Amino acid sequence: MMGTIFGIPPQALFGQLLLGLINGSFYALLSLGLAVIFGMLNVINFAHGALYMMGAFVAWLMLTQLGIGYWWALLLSPLIVGLFGVVLEKTLLSRLYKLDHLYGLLLTFGLALIVEGAFRHQYGVSGQPYPIPDALKGGQNLGFMFLPNYRGWVVVASLVVCISTWIAIEKTKLGAYLRAATENPVLVQAFGINVPRMITLTYAFGVALAGLAGVLAAPIYQVSPLMGSNLIIVVFAVVVIGGMGSILGAVLTGYGLGLLEGLTKVFYPEASNIVVFVIMVVVLMIKPAGLFGRER
Amino acid sequence: MIARLLAGAALAALTIGVLSTGPAAAQQGKLSGDMVKIGVLNDRSGLYADLGGEGSVIAARMAAEEFGNKILGKPIEIISADHQNKPDIGANLARQWIDQDGVDVIVDVPNSGVALAVQEVTKEKKKIFLMEGPATSRLTGDACSPTGFHWPYDTHALAVGTGQAMVKEGGDSWFFITADYAFGHQLEADTSVEVKKAGGKVVGSVKAPLNTADFSSFLLQAQASGAKIVGLANAGGDTITSIKQASEFGLTQSGQQKLAGLLIFLSDVHALGLQVAQDLVLTTGFYWDRDDESRAWSKKFFDRYGKMPTMVQAGSYSAVRHYLKAIEAAGTDDGPTVAAKMKEMPVNDMFAKNGTILPNGRMVHDMYLARVKKPSESKGAWDYYQILRTIPGKEAFASFEESGCKLPK
Repeated sequence: MMGTIFGIPPQALFGQLLLGLINGSFYALLSLGLAVIFGMLNVINFAHGALYMMGAFVAWLMLTQLGIGYWWALLLSPLIVGLFGVVLEKTLLSRLYKLDHLYGLLLTFGLALIVEGAFRHQYGVSGQPYPIPDALKGGQNLGFMFLPNYRGWVVVASLVVCISTWIAIEKTKLGAYLRAATENPVLVQAFGINVPRMITLTYAFGVALAGLAGVLAAPIYQVSPLMGSNLIIVVFAVVVIGGMGSILGAVLTGYGLGLLEGLTKVFYPEASNIVVFVIMVVVLMIKPAGLFGRER
Repeated sequence: MIARLLAGAALAALTIGVLSTGPAAAQQGKLSGDMVKIGVLNDRSGLYADLGGEGSVIAARMAAEEFGNKILGKPIEIISADHQNKPDIGANLARQWIDQDGVDVIVDVPNSGVALAVQEVTKEKKKIFLMEGPATSRLTGDACSPTGFHWPYDTHALAVGTGQAMVKEGGDSWFFITADYAFGHQLEADTSVEVKKAGGKVVGSVKAPLNTADFSSFLLQAQASGAKIVGLANAGGDTITSIKQASEFGLTQSGQQKLAGLLIFLSDVHALGLQVAQDLVLTTGFYWDRDDESRAWSKKFFDRYGKMPTMVQAGSYSAVRHYLKAIEAAGTDDGPTVAAKMKEMPVNDMFAKNGTILPNGRMVHDMYLARVKKPSESKGAWDYYQILRTIPGKEAFASFEESGCKLPK
């Protein structure tokens, strides 16, 4: 026996930290999309949770209606959600860029309610089961816990996506255009770059990330119309804590808060669904722009 | 939030006004408002919407249709609303319905927290409250009301059914994953009593917030506890998620631990699929495939709703039907008079045989211990349960004396 840490056996603590990391992976993926969209478009995309849910439902529909399996869904579902994003941006969001943030927020909030309502009407709230793909069934006994292979895959997939997105935006030429276009769209357009199209594609990319998170989540949670609204408020808190628009901040805060929530579930489970908001309040009081944000 | 508070305050002010100037209670031999107005109040959009929801409204309507939508020559009207699982919203809606809209009876109200709040309102207003959705046995215990009726099941019956059965099979140490509100606490408490009575022990429990998306952390704690049985004292969406994730984390595959779903509805099993839900042992107040009568009614329900009824929905039919029969017999819709009549008459319909109602409003009827079939045993959609045992009503439910209710007998 190795003794205990604050009355908790270390094995249990490791287990909970690992689970926190898994949940943090979803927070990171979703808040990354939100941060990209806010950074480039200045839109607070409240429809993010609904699009995450849509990603999961598209995967489920492909499996049950067309017999298309998990791996293809992982590719196709984000594409379909991304296309839906293009339509949204072209027809609705693009009209609001000249107005205050609040209008974008209200529009996307309304869209989220409509999308969720439509799915709820069609499929009820109990959700639909989505099986874990055969290649990822089973799990590893790590000594301190049983880690399902699928959860391990989620952590890896999310890390890869988050890091490559960060590199693409911070280190590549395309990313430089994007960042320049946010600072001064008129000037960038004068250099012959199609800024409106770039904005559309950025939005599509951001929501495709939400769709991807949805597919990753499908085998873990029930594919349910409510799955987005259950998660999105926490994800917004993550973005606020990390600093609106800061990509690195969103990712790091996503993982960090996942870990912290995991710890809360050990020491005081009743508070596990508010701990994120307590931290949000504290951060807003001390550093209103968020941990990684810049004052504008 | 502020708007809601203001609305609440306005409503409260209005209520006081109505109380001081309002009409006296209905006189004998008459229907208040020249109709019987039934208000189905439940979760229509959240995690409990599938076990009651619109299905309970349809079930109530089917009961009214048996009377030709007319009672004592006057129309029966059915309205519904969503309490969003919030006690303040539920209580406000109940007040508004009774004070302004002339509602005579409130039906369903899943979520024990909301039901306890609504019970206070109906008790004060002397209106009938037919509870099908909520679980806590407090509704016929310390929080009982002379006009409150609790129908298909309660935490006591679930504890007796599943709790005792699991201990008898050797599951003598328990760890609870409990929904952190009135219902979960009561279910854990009631089950602990039954487990200890049967010779088992409780080694620990963890309180999970309502509507938790990820139960893995709690499941891990259950695993670490070494208990033979992991009791799920939760319901609806929470139960579905915890069962699904327990299977993912290999909780039951090792053969050392078993899951006991203390409150499982047919809609939960349907959502989980038999592959994941197979072999779960559960206690239910109703199963559609029990006999010819229940099959015939459920078939009609299915044709209108597209799903087989849960015990909450079937219970809504049974309770509303019994209520209407009592009005017919009493010749009035005055709350206390109808309540007395309901308690005199036995309940005989497709839901219950020779059901009796205790002075605290508990409808005593047989409960069923069931096992979820394996995919290979099931003949198709909705063929989900094998009934292991019929639990006689007297065994399943607490007697009036045991209940702790302070009403006169």
